[in-house]
Amino acid sequence: MVIDAKNMNYQTLDRLVKDSAERDIVIENVMGQRYIAAGAKGKNIKINGIPGNALGAYLNDCMIEVNGNGQDALGDTMNAGTIVIHGNCGDTAGYGMRDGRIFVRGYAGYRVGIHMKEYGEHIPAIVVGGAAGAYLGEYQAGGVIVVLGIGSEDRQCVGDFTATGMHGGKIYVRSRFVPVDLPAWVEAHKVTDKSELEPLVREFCSYFPYDADVLLSHDYFVIAPTVSKIYKTMYCNRPV
Amino acid sequence: MIEYIQPEYEAVRNKDLCIKCKACVRQCANEVHIYDKERDMLYADNSKCVNCHRCVTFCPTRALKIVKTDHCFKPSANYTKEVIYDIYRQAETGGVLLSSMGTPKDYPVYWDKILINASQVTNPSIDPLREPMEIKTFLGRKPEKIEYNPDGSLKVEKFPNLELKTPVMFSAMSYGSISENAHICLARAAEELGTFYNTGEGGLHEDLYKYGANTIVQVASGRFGVHAEYLEAGRAIEIKIGQGAKPGIGGHLPGSKIGPEVSRTRMIPMGTDAISPAPHHDIYSIEDLRQLVFGLKEATDYRKPVIVKIAAVHNIAAIASGIARSGADIIAIDGMRGGTGAAPSRIRDNVGIPVELALAAVDSRLREEGIRNNVGIVAGGSVRSSADVVKAIALGADAVYIATPALLALGCHLCRSCHSGKCNWGIATQRPELVKRLDPDVGYKRLVNLVNAWSHEIMEMMGGMGINSVEALRGNRLMLRGIGLSQKELDILGIRHAGE
Repeated sequence: MVIDAKNMNYQTLDRLVKDSAERDIVIENVMGQRYIAAGAKGKNIKINGIPGNALGAYLNDCMIEVNGNGQDALGDTMNAGTIVIHGNCGDTAGYGMRDGRIFVRGYAGYRVGIHMKEYGEHIPAIVVGGAAGAYLGEYQAGGVIVVLGIGSEDRQCVGDFTATGMHGGKIYVRSRFVPVDLPAWVEAHKVTDKSELEPLVREFCSYFPYDADVLLSHDYFVIAPTVSKIYKTMYCNRPV
Repeated sequence: MIEYIQPEYEAVRNKDLCIKCKACVRQCANEVHIYDKERDMLYADNSKCVNCHRCVTFCPTRALKIVKTDHCFKPSANYTKEVIYDIYRQAETGGVLLSSMGTPKDYPVYWDKILINASQVTNPSIDPLREPMEIKTFLGRKPEKIEYNPDGSLKVEKFPNLELKTPVMFSAMSYGSISENAHICLARAAEELGTFYNTGEGGLHEDLYKYGANTIVQVASGRFGVHAEYLEAGRAIEIKIGQGAKPGIGGHLPGSKIGPEVSRTRMIPMGTDAISPAPHHDIYSIEDLRQLVFGLKEATDYRKPVIVKIAAVHNIAAIASGIARSGADIIAIDGMRGGTGAAPSRIRDNVGIPVELALAAVDSRLREEGIRNNVGIVAGGSVRSSADVVKAIALGADAVYIATPALLALGCHLCRSCHSGKCNWGIATQRPELVKRLDPDVGYKRLVNLVNAWSHEIMEMMGGMGINSVEALRGNRLMLRGIGLSQKELDILGIRHAGE
């Protein structure tokens, strides 16, 4: 099914996508329509153009591929499925993400992976090809974020205040520039075991024209929390 | 370090009555009562007593009572014992003081300074026992005007509304802050009463999905337990922006309350602190709020009303006006005397405004701007009785949220120690041996009794005013009079003084 979204209201477009009996949907001329595939499941959606905010919010098992940039709140509270962006994406991608994969070829904005979670086998992942903005992995409680820093090899490829409030999960970064302002409750280590990283980098390279072996041969560092109760010492119980 | 703080309460044992059955030892999770085998005697470590009455209630011979200690400092109206002890605590720990439940401070309770009208001679009162009395309420956006089709039938755009058999709902208390059994009690009671309970921000246990038709699911900044199925499970979705007990502060569930089930529902590691920061980091404006409101509506096909819950703060009327234009269907206003499972004490005791003033200000503003029908209004944050409900509705609320009275109905004794996770009544705890103390079969019935009793009282008071429908009471401030209030307070409440 092909939908021409030119001058189409977002509610009309989103309705067409959700009501489509066909699994494969191509949407042409997308220009800022919000909430595409919000809460959708069982669809294979190709978007040509620039979708608006909250693409794939509360997403279930869908495959969404965007030939263009993603905006803010991409995959907000996403539950399952895959989103592939052949461009850059805006702020708060993967906010509260619970499972599934987001692959961004280019750069990502602020607060990527904020409040990302995991439980048991549900381990969400975000792979950013370029650099990521400030507050990467803010309040991260689980899941895996990978920043490949392609094109930023000569400088730090994660922004300020990375891992602020992080209390679970991991952030892998292909870089030798470890941020100096990491919070006290996380630590950065050189990656020696790339077994968790490898399938994500290989999947990334299956969508975009990069060589996984070359990317994997480089040095990475990983940021992970060292204590789980980061605010425990901050409080004093008062019995009144 | 020397311990400066002395016990606040004393467990007093009448030795003539005590039969040394040790029920007190078994009942107290704080380990106040100790049995000394060698001396064959029971004694109390008063420093651990939170004054929750569990031991007193379970003492078969009524040998126990809890008294406030008369151990004292030199009297001072300024440096009271509480002030001194807080300084000691912080000097000892360097910590932010943490408290639970509503503020105990002596702020004006405007409900108690408002009187309700009744009919005499000229406008007959109605006997609700014999005559129809409608307290059913529809909560949500209402059509702005009545239009007719060419054939004379009504042309109405229907907005999703909540249908309440009584204008009382149970407000948000998360799974995590309270136990699963407490949630079951609330869910079953809401179903039987034809009203709603609210999941709070901790997600929803699958066992409770069956009560979905009477459930409001909450979405907060931490997005705990939020997914399409969860949004689908509830009858309405509430976006939590703020809470009356801690405006400007997010949720913080201590790691000690995160056991296996809470960890699974919230999808965070066991034992870690669950942090819901104050801001939604994707909402910095009314336009951003609109985006989340419509994102949730899109995900649920515009079938469910969206509630935006805010704490009552200084500029509440302007904020509510923005929310009423954001596409939200209902605004929930939570006053500063509302409860909490854990909040920094200074925030709880000093930040925000009472719900009565906030509610009146919001209702007035929305009416002035002609947008009152865009939204339903729910008032919460210390609604303690049916009289408070009647006053809230007359001040402009469509319905109220109650939480502290619901917990009291379940056996809470307001010891304000929820943040310790050792609730002896099985309510604000996740310890299995304590949770099982709360029997859902008994608990839900007590909640049903409470709200049914209130509903009868609401009908009695409405009947007394000669009003037979809650619709006619809503915003009917002529039915209220202030007592002992300044002109400014009366102006904000939009009511006249008693005698006028």
